[in-house]
Amino acid sequence: MKAFAALYQALDRTTSSRKKIAAIVAYLNTAAPEDAAWAVYFLAGGKIKRLLPTAFLRAYALRQSGLPPWLFEECYETVGDLAETIALLLPNTETVRDTPLNEWITEGLLPLQSLGEEGRTHELDRLLEGWDSDSRFICLKFITGGFRVGVSRLTVTRALAEHTDLAVTQMAQRMVGYLNNRHHPSATRYQALVADRDEDLKAIEPGQPYPFFLAQPLSQQADALADLWVQSDQWQVEWKWDGIRAQIVCRHGQVWLWSRGEELISEQFPELCEMAQGLPSGTVLDGEILVWHSEQPIPASFASLQKRLGRKRLSEAFKREYPAVFMAYDLLEHEGLDCREQPLQLRRQRLVDVLVIHPDARLKLSPVVEVTGAEQARLQQAKARQARVEGLMIKALSSRYGVGRTRQAGLWFKYKLEPLTIDAVLIYAQRGHGRRASLYTDYTLAVWDDAGPDAPRTLVPVAKAYSGLTDKEIKQIDGILRKSTIESFGPVKRVEPTLVFELGFEGILPSPRHKSGVALRFPRLLRWRIDKPVEEADSLDTLKALL
Amino acid sequence: MDLVTRRPEGLYCPPGDFYIDPWRAVSRAIITHAHADHARAGHDHYLVSAASEHVLRARFGQLPMQTIEYGESINHHGVQVSLHPAGHVLGSAQVRLAYKGEVWVASGDYKLAPDPTCTPFEPITCDTFITESTFGLPVYRWPDEATVMQSINHWWAQNASQGVSSLLYAYAFGKGQRLLAGLDPSIGPIITHGSLDALNLAYQASGVALPDTSRVTDISDADKKKALILAPPSAGSSPWMKRFGDTSHAMVSGWMQIRGARRRRGVDRGFVLSDHADWPALLSAIDATGASRVIVTHGNAASLIRWLNESGRLAQAFETEYGEIES
Repeated sequence: MKAFAALYQALDRTTSSRKKIAAIVAYLNTAAPEDAAWAVYFLAGGKIKRLLPTAFLRAYALRQSGLPPWLFEECYETVGDLAETIALLLPNTETVRDTPLNEWITEGLLPLQSLGEEGRTHELDRLLEGWDSDSRFICLKFITGGFRVGVSRLTVTRALAEHTDLAVTQMAQRMVGYLNNRHHPSATRYQALVADRDEDLKAIEPGQPYPFFLAQPLSQQADALADLWVQSDQWQVEWKWDGIRAQIVCRHGQVWLWSRGEELISEQFPELCEMAQGLPSGTVLDGEILVWHSEQPIPASFASLQKRLGRKRLSEAFKREYPAVFMAYDLLEHEGLDCREQPLQLRRQRLVDVLVIHPDARLKLSPVVEVTGAEQARLQQAKARQARVEGLMIKALSSRYGVGRTRQAGLWFKYKLEPLTIDAVLIYAQRGHGRRASLYTDYTLAVWDDAGPDAPRTLVPVAKAYSGLTDKEIKQIDGILRKSTIESFGPVKRVEPTLVFELGFEGILPSPRHKSGVALRFPRLLRWRIDKPVEEADSLDTLKALL
Repeated sequence: MDLVTRRPEGLYCPPGDFYIDPWRAVSRAIITHAHADHARAGHDHYLVSAASEHVLRARFGQLPMQTIEYGESINHHGVQVSLHPAGHVLGSAQVRLAYKGEVWVASGDYKLAPDPTCTPFEPITCDTFITESTFGLPVYRWPDEATVMQSINHWWAQNASQGVSSLLYAYAFGKGQRLLAGLDPSIGPIITHGSLDALNLAYQASGVALPDTSRVTDISDADKKKALILAPPSAGSSPWMKRFGDTSHAMVSGWMQIRGARRRRGVDRGFVLSDHADWPALLSAIDATGASRVIVTHGNAASLIRWLNESGRLAQAFETEYGEIES
């Protein structure tokens, strides 16, 4: 535990990923496998089942610090992290103990779950006793979950690849299985993770998907698109489908369907699993799940797909009403072999072969859009909203299938539609978390609702948004909000409506659940409209006209 | 009667007809210390502590200034006025006002922790205490400052041994000199950003011992790799910074107590060292005054006021324009 706390500090005390990787490698080189097993698991974002209810932790912290609940909540609002708040409020001590990480977790931490109220308090005392504030923060982070310390899963994967001398893509795939929360880490599982032969982990986890390769957003600058075709003419252009990114894994005569969040969604789409049974074993496809009525030229709206996802029991009538298809665009495993290192051009050829040999109406091939230059791309993209797609994907023909949003494997770009926009007024604000802790950064935005010719206009909330501003703007706005508070409801401030923002969003749907009657998709702040008076913000009618 | 009230110009003493740290130009002002949110140019007459004279001149040039020693008392319109050390920065003072048997103290900014560059805080008994509350939440508990200085020196030494420059961001007035006094010059050269130089001279003129520092132009590239560079946070994105190669960045401030604040800064290290009182120090300073009434100015005023009221003390707020600078 001491060694892990030291690693945590080393990671926390640098912003350079090179140094972070070096620190992890140094730790792995000396740590016992059973300890490294947990270290890797937590650093890469692996979760354990909630061990203690937050209400218990809050009550514990109140008892230990002797603070009234309101003051504890004030502290929490400022710090923006429960574990950190508690660690800062407990009485100070020095570290006087060392327990191996594995022992501390399996013998102290995990049993917490099965204890009663009294036992929990006693055991938590014992767990936290003898550590300094920094180590306690780590302990509490294990308990509250969300152990993020400025290392991404990819950083950990790179460190493991360096430690084992394996390719990053290979390690990334092993990590998919290692981090699923069906098994706890152990020395055996860790040894399989770092083994120099590949079979071990596949044997344990036959259905594992590959980590998804993600596209870079194409810069909004006017010449970014033109630059692509100046650099090269070797691009494959496809539609950017507006569905659920997924992988179909067929191995050993079985089928698994995984979403991009690495969640198994086979049960929600039985017809796609049935279709995949027809594919040869040792095939992995990457693509998009869409709802698509066979007689229609374009897919159904994203809302139909959401209906499918929300439903646990699928009647035949429901499946007919919302028929799912798999729009395949990449082949990651062919005849049992990982083909991610091959160029896209070759993978595409093989994908076409597979689909030709195994035709099924529920399995579509994402067509190549004829584009030979920036001007054509722009013209096609202009048709995207009509075609109910999000824009274009522009992929280098030579690109390998990489891991995450990286550039090393080759370039994939997404060229998205310009978002729809309105000008809306900030009416409520709440403080953020993490990097934005204690600053008011989460805003509720409203538009004008004309009640009638005689009634006064009112502001009706339409969206919550928080991203899209610079740190400097956030600080400035925070200052304004603090001075224009009308009233507070717990963490939420109602403020005088003085600030106008350009709000971007991807789509708009009718919604009886919202007061405004509409719901916006992916709302985010595009710009602070300092130039715009509140009175000139958009109205609900303007917004509804976009429906 | 209330010896201090709030006016649009600032905190005002009606019987004495003068202001304390006003944020608009007035005819008579008492200045608690030379930080920009408390000391402003443009008043007709300044009453300040003798210890703050040099720094005030360094920052504002010639001012119509009257100085008095800590503890020395003057009478103005029947109000007995004296200044007492606040321990915040060189020359910082609490203002004591006595009128018709009633005593009020306005703290300005203060800290109780030791600081080799200024006179330590002195508790003053009073009926009403006007206090700051920059760090008025229990999550702000400062670590021992000697330990913090040690870890700063350790960080510097470690960087120097790897040929990495150490860049330390700290507020130029007060924090900068407190750090200088605690740095270990045997580790390597200390380079200061130009904004500190005039203040360092003012400190030295006031009799505070500081180690020798260099301008960046006087140091060879080889020596820069062993150097500690002291700069205000605003220098972070300036071209001045481009003169250094591989650099570790650190920020020294009470705000560094919170991880999110450090991450927002984007620095490698955050050292928790503040010139303000932490939560326990605020409470003990208030206790030591024996005041039956407390008025809280800037910072987390609402929390401190509620806490004081719930522990049986009469507490209220003054809205001020203090606290607009880095702390």
